[in-house]
Amino acid sequence: MAKKIGEVILEVKNISLSFGGVKALTDISFNVREHEIRSIIGPNGAGKSSMLNCINGVYQPQQGEITFRGQHFKHMNSRQVAEMGVARTFQNLALFKGMSVLDNIMTGRNLHMKSNLFLQALRWGPAEREEIAQREKVERIIDFLEIQAYRKTPVGRLPYGLQKRVDLGRALAMEPTVLLLDEPMAGMNVEEKQDMCRFILDVNDEFGTTIVLIEHDMGVVMDISDRVVVLDYGKKIGDGAPDEVRQNEDVIRAYLGTSH
Amino acid sequence: MTSTTFPRLLLDHAAQRPNDAALREKEYGIWQALSWAQLAELVCALAHGLHQAGVQRGQHVIVVGENRPRLAASMLAAQVLGAIPVPLYQDAVGAEFVFPINNAEVAFAIVEDQEQVDKLIEIRGQCPQLTHLWYDDPRGLRNYDEPGVAPLDSLIAAGAAAAKTQPQLFREWAERVKPDDVAAMFFTSGTTGNPKGVVHSHATLIDRAQAGARFDKLGSHEEVLAYLPPAWIGQNIFSYAQWLACGYVVNCPESASTVSIDLKEIGPTYYFAPPRVFEGLLTSVMIRMEDAGSLKRWLFARCMALAQRVGPALMDGKPVGALDKLKYALGNLLIYGPLRNTLGFSRVRVAYTAGEAIGPDLFSFYRSIGINLKQLYGSTETAVFVCLQPDNEARSDTVGVPIDGVEIKLDASGEILVKSPGLLKGYYKNEAATNEVLTAEGWYHTGDAGFIDASGHLKIIDRAKDVGRILGGPNDGAMFAPKYVENKLKFFAHIKEAVALGDKRERVCAFINIDFEAVGNWAERRNLPYAGYTDLAQKPEVYELIRECVEKVNADLAQDELLAGSQITRFLILHKELDADDGELTRTRKVRRGAIAEKYAVLIDALYGGKSSQFIETAVKFEDGRSGSVSADLRIMDTKTFPAVRRAA
Repeated sequence: MAKKIGEVILEVKNISLSFGGVKALTDISFNVREHEIRSIIGPNGAGKSSMLNCINGVYQPQQGEITFRGQHFKHMNSRQVAEMGVARTFQNLALFKGMSVLDNIMTGRNLHMKSNLFLQALRWGPAEREEIAQREKVERIIDFLEIQAYRKTPVGRLPYGLQKRVDLGRALAMEPTVLLLDEPMAGMNVEEKQDMCRFILDVNDEFGTTIVLIEHDMGVVMDISDRVVVLDYGKKIGDGAPDEVRQNEDVIRAYLGTSH
Repeated sequence: MTSTTFPRLLLDHAAQRPNDAALREKEYGIWQALSWAQLAELVCALAHGLHQAGVQRGQHVIVVGENRPRLAASMLAAQVLGAIPVPLYQDAVGAEFVFPINNAEVAFAIVEDQEQVDKLIEIRGQCPQLTHLWYDDPRGLRNYDEPGVAPLDSLIAAGAAAAKTQPQLFREWAERVKPDDVAAMFFTSGTTGNPKGVVHSHATLIDRAQAGARFDKLGSHEEVLAYLPPAWIGQNIFSYAQWLACGYVVNCPESASTVSIDLKEIGPTYYFAPPRVFEGLLTSVMIRMEDAGSLKRWLFARCMALAQRVGPALMDGKPVGALDKLKYALGNLLIYGPLRNTLGFSRVRVAYTAGEAIGPDLFSFYRSIGINLKQLYGSTETAVFVCLQPDNEARSDTVGVPIDGVEIKLDASGEILVKSPGLLKGYYKNEAATNEVLTAEGWYHTGDAGFIDASGHLKIIDRAKDVGRILGGPNDGAMFAPKYVENKLKFFAHIKEAVALGDKRERVCAFINIDFEAVGNWAERRNLPYAGYTDLAQKPEVYELIRECVEKVNADLAQDELLAGSQITRFLILHKELDADDGELTRTRKVRRGAIAEKYAVLIDALYGGKSSQFIETAVKFEDGRSGSVSADLRIMDTKTFPAVRRAA
């Protein structure tokens, strides 16, 4: 069951981010290789989401640089990052609750729609052909995520676990090279977590998508990750394969606390 | 006796109506059709591929998966080669495959997806002769390097290439298959012991398929939705044998969870379901109705009352007053029509239910809204069709009249014996069992107790071996028919499953499984909070609800002098749902009495020992094969019984 892990695709170098006097991230460096599942873990407030937001282009770090496929993106906004092939899901779900599952995932195809707004509104000529082609892509994602039964259901009416799956579908619709997942398993029951794990592994396996994952559940992280970065108070305290990280004294201290 | 075979039927359809749809499957949101010509081409490629891989005449090939066009084609391809397809239940756990695979010396398996591949790899050590495994859906299987495991696509590609070099071979193979050759084998789950392989020839299956088709005048224009497990003979008859015999269209749903949506889109004309499916559909309608506005509820209640009074009579072609007819037509416009459409039954011409008794209310509900729901009687061993109900003679308590070719008689003990051209050839490698059920004169022992009523309809009471006697007490010697009692309980929407105990005992007691959906909804509407199944099951309010049901059953049983002794005196609600994975039900959801008596012995003792509650811890198996346990303190409740109503002599 060997998969091919390729060259470094995303390089984070000496990133520091602060909000006023609060230092969210201090001098963080790590890299992500092609096709791997790379996890960022850490206790609450360790700076995991901030790290993801830097990669995503939502935050601009004061220091350091991020290189994606050899391209620096120091002053890029999130749309430009998305256009380069980085998609993400959100911890607190960013879906249109009143819209159907199908339409929500269609929004993920937005970057791939080339016809102009006017034609799209009329659904005429090239716009119609384009929509049919995009719909097919979306249908493949619906099939992949096994949510055919909810195609026409408004997202707001779905249970939380399924909404998370739709969120993943929307991100997949962008056909990303790198997928950033922000706590995809938060608030799920055991069965939903298992399903989500399988989908993450399948996405990584079937589409060769590189995955950067933030997660709380250590069991899940250790099971599915190729390599893990551990943050604590905005600093990197560990980096390596799950087994190495598990042995790391600093990591154990950060998670379990120490007696002074 | 029929003179054709499945491969020949396929070739006939492909020659006579090449462009008509044979199979449809919903994929990526669109119904995609496969014509008879395309199907024949696919089967040809598969047959060549299997031949190259070494499949020989007389060998068994297992097929495991949901209803998928390529799996149906694989079964046909095996039959073309004179090999024998053996469909197995796709929801079985891996260990359950070991016996059939070894029993039938299976070397080749064609399965649907990763789930099935994993199960077979898991048991490979126990089945060393299983060398080839092809899968239809490659999802998740990219990195498997297990020897002998390959995608069905590669088999088809290799076969298609071989077919080009020897185009005449396919037809030669197909011609060589004789009607008396074995066509398929079905393992019956059985409530005790190892499963038995029921061997059927092309002739037995096709004869029954055609007899059923003649009875209901089925033609090539029918639409059928294939959603039941292909390993079950009923599914094979409706979506395979009759599909090829009649040449109608079989539609495969997108996934198991979309069946109700697909049903509505397809609008089948010929439909088959066990009673629990009809029950589930009705429950979902009723739940939605209860959430509707008061005007809608009022209209629904009015129309349904009228339908119950007039509908069945209209269905049976009996005279109905002009005013009632007019009112019914209005009801049809407002309620019945839209309801049929919501259920997916707008176009149903013939619908059957079988496998278990159906509640009278449930049965008449469907008939009253204009759905021609009927019952039939048959089993794996009889290739389904033994008795069917004619269009105007559908009743909930009989199973119909013997159809073409069938003879029925009762032996001294009341067991039903059947003679028909559709009887099994025997149980595979199990002569003792074959001799037990098949007499030298060709009668098949059904194992059911029943009788033929005044109108010539067959009526079933229970499994012959389950009919017991009450021993001691006021009802000493009374007949105890557990399934009869259980069915009466299950006719209530709030009760999903029941187990009646009482053979060789003084009194009858029962285990009850509540219907989580129905009772959960009931609880929500009463603002009754609950934490889950176990918690809900033990609520005093729920016990009251179930007690009312049990007492209604008792009142009903008291009406029948023969069965008045079977009234339930005490009951308890189980803390978990009875499940096939835990060995409590068969895969077709029949109660395994022996296993339950053993597992819940402490509960039985508590019921008969007069205790008012009992603690129990039960091991459960989850779907992924892990196990855990559920424990609870179960309450036990007494119920009222009624004196038997003596009929005036």
